[in-house]
Amino acid sequence: MRADDQVVPLGMLRPGETGIVVDLSGGRGFVARCLALGCTPGTRLRMERNVGRGPVIVLVRGTRLALGRGESMRLRVKRQEMKT
Amino acid sequence: MTKGSCRKNVTVALAGAPNTGKSTLFNALTGLRQHVGNWPGKTVEKKTGIYRRNGRVFSFVDLPGSYSLSAHSLEEEIARDFLVRERPDLVVAIADASSLERSLYLVCELLQLGLPTVLALNMMDVARSGGLEVDAAALETTLGIPVVPMVARDGQGISPLLEAIETVADEERRTPTAGPRLGDDIEALVARLDVLLPAEFNLPYPRRWALVKLLEGDPSLRRSLKATLPADAWERIREVLHVHEQAMLEIASSRYDWAAETYRRAVSRPRGESVSLGERADRLLTHPLGGLFAFVAMVFGIYWLMFNVGAPLQRWLQDNMVARSADGLEGALKGWPDWSTSLLSNGIIGGAGLVLTFIPILAILFLALAMLEDVGYMARAAFVMDRFMHLIGLRGQSFLPLFLGWGCNVPAIMGSRIVESRGARLTTILVAPLVPCAARMVVIALFTAAFFGGAAALVSWSMVMLNLVVLALAALFISRFLFRGQDSSFVMELPRYHTPNIRTVLLTTWDRVRRFVVLAGTVILVMSLVVWAFSTFPSGDIEDSILGHIGRGLAPIGGLMGLDWRMMVALLTSFVAKEQTIATLGVILGTGEGANGALKTELTSIMAPAAAVSFIALQMLFVPCAASVAAIRQETRSWRWTGFAVGYMLVTSFVVAIAIYQVARLFGLGV
Repeated sequence: MRADDQVVPLGMLRPGETGIVVDLSGGRGFVARCLALGCTPGTRLRMERNVGRGPVIVLVRGTRLALGRGESMRLRVKRQEMKT
Repeated sequence: MTKGSCRKNVTVALAGAPNTGKSTLFNALTGLRQHVGNWPGKTVEKKTGIYRRNGRVFSFVDLPGSYSLSAHSLEEEIARDFLVRERPDLVVAIADASSLERSLYLVCELLQLGLPTVLALNMMDVARSGGLEVDAAALETTLGIPVVPMVARDGQGISPLLEAIETVADEERRTPTAGPRLGDDIEALVARLDVLLPAEFNLPYPRRWALVKLLEGDPSLRRSLKATLPADAWERIREVLHVHEQAMLEIASSRYDWAAETYRRAVSRPRGESVSLGERADRLLTHPLGGLFAFVAMVFGIYWLMFNVGAPLQRWLQDNMVARSADGLEGALKGWPDWSTSLLSNGIIGGAGLVLTFIPILAILFLALAMLEDVGYMARAAFVMDRFMHLIGLRGQSFLPLFLGWGCNVPAIMGSRIVESRGARLTTILVAPLVPCAARMVVIALFTAAFFGGAAALVSWSMVMLNLVVLALAALFISRFLFRGQDSSFVMELPRYHTPNIRTVLLTTWDRVRRFVVLAGTVILVMSLVVWAFSTFPSGDIEDSILGHIGRGLAPIGGLMGLDWRMMVALLTSFVAKEQTIATLGVILGTGEGANGALKTELTSIMAPAAAVSFIALQMLFVPCAASVAAIRQETRSWRWTGFAVGYMLVTSFVVAIAIYQVARLFGLGV
């Protein structure tokens, strides 16, 4: 299904792409931290920096967050079509 | 309940997320009338301050910065336990106007506590320059609590805030709006848990609040319930929590929905996001390569200052204060027994002087770091370094404390507090003494200059690299085997850049220098006395002293490294402070302290170059100095971990040093 194909780990977004949080997995501490920082399901995120390895930077609710590579793979997002 | 106007003493808690300007506000409210200590039984700093007005005493308590009231880190647990258990008379919630939606999350949790609350809407200037108009009056209507717009950095809004605090303190306790509703599913779950939790069971928290926190997966609440409830009652609760693990997502979402709605009402037409200066700076500073270069350049700058401004000051203090007062004292005490002059001039002045001379270098280091912290750069450094730290089993946050260690290991150990997860924090503390500190560099410089002439820099560099390799291996080993599987996630806010606030920077610097002086001062002084006694008694001659005998006892091990008993004694005294090695050698070899030329010649005559290299390695990796050991004990609150740190370094240092000498001998190099 096409819609399913677009649910990807956050770390797969390219810089400038946006995605909507679908779910989070991992330790309770990690999930709680992400939630408190605004990455709740349904939130729109924008990838700011991602060079394919190392940590990434995303924009969430007007705040920029750094996430480790592994952490960025534990947030699944629905990739949004790029506006051109 | 007492009528509000009678209250003479009002406790005000300052609560806010990190980077909302909480410390700046606290400093502005209390000035220098503040007290810094630790939270009882915890290694987290507790700051309190007094403000008097109209015959009232307001005691401000600066809570540790936290994003929520769930106890997932030590800071969060302390903040929320203070709010929930000690129920301050009033809460000042601090929000960052330029990142209001995010800030409202904690505000929402605070409102749900039902304490009288005032909202300090900080960083209005940043919001405005970012194109946001925040309507404080609209926010006040929506939240039902006083909202004070302010720019704490410039002191704007401080008196309106104090007035608001006073007004709320005057009123009788009232129930503020309770924040958002939780949604029917969650309410049903709360009701279910309410039935399962025995009614007579006394929680140290308000019942409903605790039940919601349980659904949010709060680890400390779970632990305490598991420990105190009958096993079957806990089992039934655990089952509900397990089936409804997703509840934490829903609860957080409901709070953020409320925050987003409140935000929409209070913020008028945000202009399209403009590219700010900070964002442009970040294009370079968080760039995988550019950021690394920028970081290295900054580190270089700090070192340049430390060695070109700090080191001359250090020498000046040594020559003019320490040496002179020792000389003066010896003159003044003519006719007293020898041991008493020696005690005062070598034991006490030597020890205290050592601490004193370290102050300029550390003050520069602390000042630079406080500045970078206040500007908001530190999170970028952690971001850039995370990739590398990951390789040795640590995360970006650990880089900073370890980096501090180049000046002195003590602030590195104390600085490890910023690392959140316990495993990563302990690993950082345990490997911090392996960072080659300035004092060890002094010893290396002397030895390499004496033995290797033109190649001295290269040898020094190799030894530092060897040291770093050992550090990396130790970190990898400790994090992989001792703290395996512990959550050490790297999720960090990149705060907006600010112009540094001089007051905040200076207060932070002062505070850290003071802490260093207190810790190092007492420990080094005591250890100086102990070593002085060991090297003086019974005969007054170091060769026949207790220390001399211990050194001779260690001679067989020293032999494996080509070192005689005198070198072992010099090594042992490095426990006081690493550079003590040089002073000891000066005494034992009879070249006098300070006369480095003679000492170098003497050293080359008592050992071979291979033994010298072996000694450098031994000295670098040897047990942490006394002040570091005290710091490790203070930060880990465990003698076991302190013993572990001392033990593994002791073993490592001897193994590496023996290996170096034996390999060199095998190949006939420099022996």
